[in-house]
Amino acid sequence: MADPIALALREQFHSAEQQRETSTVGMWIFLITEVMLFGGLFTAFSVYRMSHPAAFDQGSADMEFWMGAVNTAVLICSSFCMAMAVHSAEKGKNGRLAFFLILTILIGLVFLGIKFTEYYLHYHDQKLPGIVFHDTSPDAAYVQMFFVFYFLMTGLHAFHMIIGEGILGAMLFRTLLGSFSERYHTPVELAGLYWHFVDTVWVFLFAIFYIPGAHMK
Amino acid sequence: MATVTLIEPQSAPAQPRLNYLTEKTGLMSWLFTTDHKRIGLLYVFSITFFFFFGGFFALLMRLHLLLPQGWLFGHETYNKLFTMHGIIMVWFFLIPSIPNTLGNFVLPMMIGAKDLAFPKLNLLSWYIFMLGGMTTLYALVRGGVDTGWTFYTPFSTSYSTSFVITAAVGILIAGFSSILTGLNFIATVHRMRAPGLTWFRLPIFIWSTYATSLILVLATPVLAITLAMIGIERIFQVGIFDPALGGDPVLFQHMFWFYSHPAVYIMVLPAMAVVSEIIPTFSRKPIFGYKAVAFSSMAIAILGFLVWGHHMFVAGESAYAAMTFSFLSYMVAIPSAIKVFNWTATMYRGSVQLDTPMLYAIGFVALFTIGGMTGLFLAALGIDVHVTDTYFVIAHFHYIMVGGTVMAFLGGVHYWWPKISGKMYPEFLAKLSALTVFLGFNLTFFPQFILGYMGMPRRYAAYPPEFQVLNVLSTAGASILGVGYVVPLIYLMWAWKYGESAPDNPWRTTGLEWKTPSPPPKHNFEETPVVTWKAYDFEAQKEELHLG
Repeated sequence: MADPIALALREQFHSAEQQRETSTVGMWIFLITEVMLFGGLFTAFSVYRMSHPAAFDQGSADMEFWMGAVNTAVLICSSFCMAMAVHSAEKGKNGRLAFFLILTILIGLVFLGIKFTEYYLHYHDQKLPGIVFHDTSPDAAYVQMFFVFYFLMTGLHAFHMIIGEGILGAMLFRTLLGSFSERYHTPVELAGLYWHFVDTVWVFLFAIFYIPGAHMK
Repeated sequence: MATVTLIEPQSAPAQPRLNYLTEKTGLMSWLFTTDHKRIGLLYVFSITFFFFFGGFFALLMRLHLLLPQGWLFGHETYNKLFTMHGIIMVWFFLIPSIPNTLGNFVLPMMIGAKDLAFPKLNLLSWYIFMLGGMTTLYALVRGGVDTGWTFYTPFSTSYSTSFVITAAVGILIAGFSSILTGLNFIATVHRMRAPGLTWFRLPIFIWSTYATSLILVLATPVLAITLAMIGIERIFQVGIFDPALGGDPVLFQHMFWFYSHPAVYIMVLPAMAVVSEIIPTFSRKPIFGYKAVAFSSMAIAILGFLVWGHHMFVAGESAYAAMTFSFLSYMVAIPSAIKVFNWTATMYRGSVQLDTPMLYAIGFVALFTIGGMTGLFLAALGIDVHVTDTYFVIAHFHYIMVGGTVMAFLGGVHYWWPKISGKMYPEFLAKLSALTVFLGFNLTFFPQFILGYMGMPRRYAAYPPEFQVLNVLSTAGASILGVGYVVPLIYLMWAWKYGESAPDNPWRTTGLEWKTPSPPPKHNFEETPVVTWKAYDFEAQKEELHLG
């Protein structure tokens, strides 16, 4: 009786196919705007890195390299679980879908836990620009600038992670309600796209913040 | 020979049929509507409010400048006046003006769709817009902002004592509304077109709005992050753009203009979209060089992203960067000129009818041409150094934004008014006010070209006495222009209630939006149309349109 496709088909569309394609186009465009949002920060960071390479390397040496490296691995695992969740949704296996969604959410929480521990350590080391920042090197102003961008960019990323956890929570809720099936699971796919995007951003953040100063420890 | 296989909805004019306005009534039916036509009207009310608000500030400035030493305000108040005028006009009138009102209203109908791809997002974007607008007005009530609409650092982040963050937050919020609208339009054009409506059968309005949407989604996020950085620097006093703290103020200008130059095309491409509909209709000819006009919209959108450096010729850009940006700025003139030539060629040997929308469209072409040509002066390095930050620049961009966008907006409002309201407006009064706007506009801004060339700087609350005559002329023009804007507001509202009922296709033209009743039913078409004809094909629809 309750055909999930008929229920989910919005009145402006003619077919489930059209609705699925349109939603997917919408999600990709949204991700492009996200690329531009992070892109502005990456550009500004790169400009300053080129002007002050030594200070930025010094800032990078203050990173908790291994925590960042572990977090990268953690996010790649979460992306794998998300991919498995989407795959299960396509096969219409709702039990497995719920299992992988829970796993993705938990791994995401592990990431955020490690991230906020790092933030606490920076605070402890007095590397929190604008609140408590202590650096004795001659380049202190630019080391601080490195940390400004570090907190801005990883903070914006963490914000996206938190939103993503909320989206995955909603997907889990709808899975448990039985809203998804082999024929209708577009929201899971789109949540997956978003999650993979956020994970990809982290890979770049790891590369620009953690790696350059890793050898200076 | 194309055949029209559109299934006409049964016409029963004797009994008033339900349309999108009468289908549901009451305040809640408007505040929670997801109908693109109603949301378009919500935007019309909002931006009209902001337009008269921003216009009021402009009038106050012009009055102040009647006397060389100024007589109405202190210098700080004057700074706040031009800042709030700029912020309100740019972000709360010009950017949403045509896309969010007329675009929202006609775009789905033009492509034969029931609604936009994401109607709820569309409504959300209006709420976000209003939230941004209210935040900005709150900054104004608390005491205003004095940085200029450009928020140049380090003044905005370290020295200004006004409400910079509140205003920046308001603009940032409104930016997300732009992004959602752009996203919605792109997805709609890609996936919601009626059967048979291929890309090259689309009206030019769709092409230009699509190009605008691309800029909206690509440029606005950069503005958002730039404003966020200003906020962070201002709150925490950490170096991002302030040289005293180790930052680079020129980087701010790069990032700001990376958004704000394309934003100019966000404002003018939709104006071109409207004019490209009006001119074929009132020339009874298909648009001349359809593909050239369509691709020139895309070219403008792409090239528009590569010219931001021409705002910074005197800001310490390298000579090579300046030369490159100068060259690329000249390049934008090519697609712009293609459009002007094609509009003119469309009128050539057409049966030109000078109805009100056409008057506005011709006014647009004239003023846009002047604005565009003076843009070339400014793209030339030598002249730009001479006239940077003078009234020449003010006059140039007002020719594009007021002479271009506002003229086209008014033209479009008149053109689609019968469809929107189901009523005709008083033609004579409308023609008279179109003429008033044209004359008032030129009297306001032409003297400013001369003032700028003679060296009067922008954003000054006082000026040497020898500039007074031209300033008085400009103020007189602004008063006439003000009248030209108020009169349509009055008679359009009058027409909404008392106007003659409009036929479905009052201009006897070809677009799909005219093949549905005026005002349209909730889902625009009773049956989804099947399109087998090209855009503006008057010949093929001769009998249906009674063009004999």
